[in-house]
Amino acid sequence: MGWTRKILRVNLTEGTCKAEDLNMTWAKDYLGSRGLATKYLVEEMDPKVDPLSPENKLIMATGPLTGTMASTGGRYTVVTKGPLTGAIACSNSGGYFGAEMKFAGWDMIIFEGRSEKPVYLMLENDRAELKDASHLWGTSTWHTEEQIKKDNQDPQIRVSSIGKAGENQVLFSCVVNDLHRAAGRSGVGAVMGSKNLKAVALRGTKGVSGIEDFTEFAKVTKEKKAILAENAVTGQGLPTYGTQVLMNVINEMGALPTRNHKSVQFEDANAISAEAMAKPRESDGKAQLVTNAACFGCTIACGRISKIDKEHFTVVNKPQYWGASGGLEYEAAWALGAANGVNDLDALQYANLICNEQGMDPISFGATIGAVMEMYENGTLDEAAIGVKAPFGSAAALCELVDMTANGVGFGVEIGLGSKRLCEKYGQPELSMSVKGQEFPAYDARGIQGMGLTYATSNRGACHLRSYTVASEVLGIPVKTDPLTTDGKPELVMAFQDATAAFDSSGLCIFTSFAWSLADIQPQIDAACEGEWSLEKLSQVGERIWNMEKMFNLEAGLTKDDDRLPKRLTTEPAEMGPAKGLVSGVPEMLPKYYEIRGWDTEGHPKAETKARLGL
Amino acid sequence: MLKSLYIDPEKCTGCLQCEMACSLENTGIFNPSQSRIKVFSFEDAGRKVPYTCTQCDEAWCMQACPVDAIKLDKHTGAKVVEEETCVGCKVCTISCPFGTINYVAETGKVQKCDLCGGDPACAAACPTEAITFVDANWTGLERMRTWAARANEASL
Repeated sequence: MGWTRKILRVNLTEGTCKAEDLNMTWAKDYLGSRGLATKYLVEEMDPKVDPLSPENKLIMATGPLTGTMASTGGRYTVVTKGPLTGAIACSNSGGYFGAEMKFAGWDMIIFEGRSEKPVYLMLENDRAELKDASHLWGTSTWHTEEQIKKDNQDPQIRVSSIGKAGENQVLFSCVVNDLHRAAGRSGVGAVMGSKNLKAVALRGTKGVSGIEDFTEFAKVTKEKKAILAENAVTGQGLPTYGTQVLMNVINEMGALPTRNHKSVQFEDANAISAEAMAKPRESDGKAQLVTNAACFGCTIACGRISKIDKEHFTVVNKPQYWGASGGLEYEAAWALGAANGVNDLDALQYANLICNEQGMDPISFGATIGAVMEMYENGTLDEAAIGVKAPFGSAAALCELVDMTANGVGFGVEIGLGSKRLCEKYGQPELSMSVKGQEFPAYDARGIQGMGLTYATSNRGACHLRSYTVASEVLGIPVKTDPLTTDGKPELVMAFQDATAAFDSSGLCIFTSFAWSLADIQPQIDAACEGEWSLEKLSQVGERIWNMEKMFNLEAGLTKDDDRLPKRLTTEPAEMGPAKGLVSGVPEMLPKYYEIRGWDTEGHPKAETKARLGL
Repeated sequence: MLKSLYIDPEKCTGCLQCEMACSLENTGIFNPSQSRIKVFSFEDAGRKVPYTCTQCDEAWCMQACPVDAIKLDKHTGAKVVEEETCVGCKVCTISCPFGTINYVAETGKVQKCDLCGGDPACAAACPTEAITFVDANWTGLERMRTWAARANEASL
């Protein structure tokens, strides 16, 4: 089975919690997690709703392999309409929370309406209760987790919560679980905040018993773990260096967006790289990196656990930040560092800690600071407006502004709108490095052409995790393609998008795809789930999910205009490095992409495409 | 040769594959809440520490049991709970200094690590060799080797 076949529906307006049977017809067409939760959202909700109104729903969903021994089988997804983008939001997280939901006996939780007062959901196996969260409101995700465990006298509870950023409806606030894992993007934390839902606390002792064939499942998951262990990326690169292994590599390719994408190489990339994290600091002789760490069930263990130098200006007299904590991962190190020209590694980790503590997406936050710094340098904003001097490269400004944004103070409130609204407000919309209002991650679309199309067409706004063509264009997985050309990229992006949608819907982590193809997860799903799960079926599930998300966006009012990159990337050529002289080829790739997707020239899925996919 | 579990917390990543393997072996499903090995997280230090029964020679649990439900498996050295004899009095859980024998409300019996009859599932599932099953007389061998290597390097 894989699924528990049970979902919990929580109506926050009424204060009710009801168990329902999972719709198994949908489960067989959409698998779980990302796909299945989106199907529920599409069926139950008008895509035109205001994302921060009680009419929006928020779903936390596991996949059939969540809570099993399959490597990385601990993921869950938060699906809702995103306030940053106005598009489908679908943010995936690891840690231990997802598996606990399965152990408590649930595939997903659907939140509806809005509570009058702050509440949190306490779900212990079959017992669901909305509890008062007045004493938690106004506190961090870290305090919330600790306090819920104390209040319930149970240290084994797993918690997902929002910090002050989510409460204040910062448009890029996230949902944080297990202290430093996050459903990070598109502002899903603000949706929780708008519902007065502070946290979800889980305790599950039922376990996952519904595996179709335990013997076969144990055998096949063991074989697949061996593939991860033997692979250079998942067996060595990621556990040793984390995702930060990419910093120097991407910089050398001329694809490391620097100073709000004005440049494609950062002269101090090495100072904020994996290598720098492992090197003893001059100040205290210790390395920032303490150890690597795994999420539930993960045999890769790419996570970074670090400590800031106690004497660093950001944490002097703040012992609460002296302990080990999560970070830096590549995307955060880039967004807080290269995107702003900041080269102070401990300052980046401090900003990262505040993002975890108060629940903000460090990618969108960091990239928005990049826009603020550019507007400071071009004279649009001054010290009086921002509250600090904010030139590119200022670690002090970065750390001051992260505190202000996390706590909703001064100019921090405007930063909390994200770069698109902020730049529009100050008359410089072209300086927002975003698609659909969501900021770019750490790959320049001029130096890695497939990523440009990835950003333009991503259903949740600019994102690297919908089709990570970096795998092919940089690492040669599954085959090497030339990052500087647009040839074959529409096909590559489409193939990656569909496969990723299937991975995401299984409950496994997309990082396994450095070593596994769909053909490797297929037998794991087939052994866990009833019915036939062929490779063809799984590919079609991925394509169906992608088209369903696209149709949600179209109904929400998005158009072809929302599939464009900012002018900077299509008109200002890279000035250095291997991509020197190139702009992004998205304008020429997009028509071809629509065509092979079976969409019309405006990006609407054609009738025959919908019919073929059963949409 | 008698073997024992050897735990090296430095290698533990906190993936909980051991807890899953233990529950699968002993209950037939994936259920860490029924695992006899537990991984503890010390967030401030960034450390994860797996912990389970060390199979004491003069086992407190065995000596305290009023109905002789805990038996020595001579083949493995494990102290094994005989479920049909256990009356769920929990005296063993009080006497064990390490907390590694625990009551299970669902069955009304106690449970503890029994070394899976000589092939512990936790050690087999551990991806980083943080949990190994080694010669009971030489659990310190790997640590000795590490220090020997350092001594060797220093003398070169």
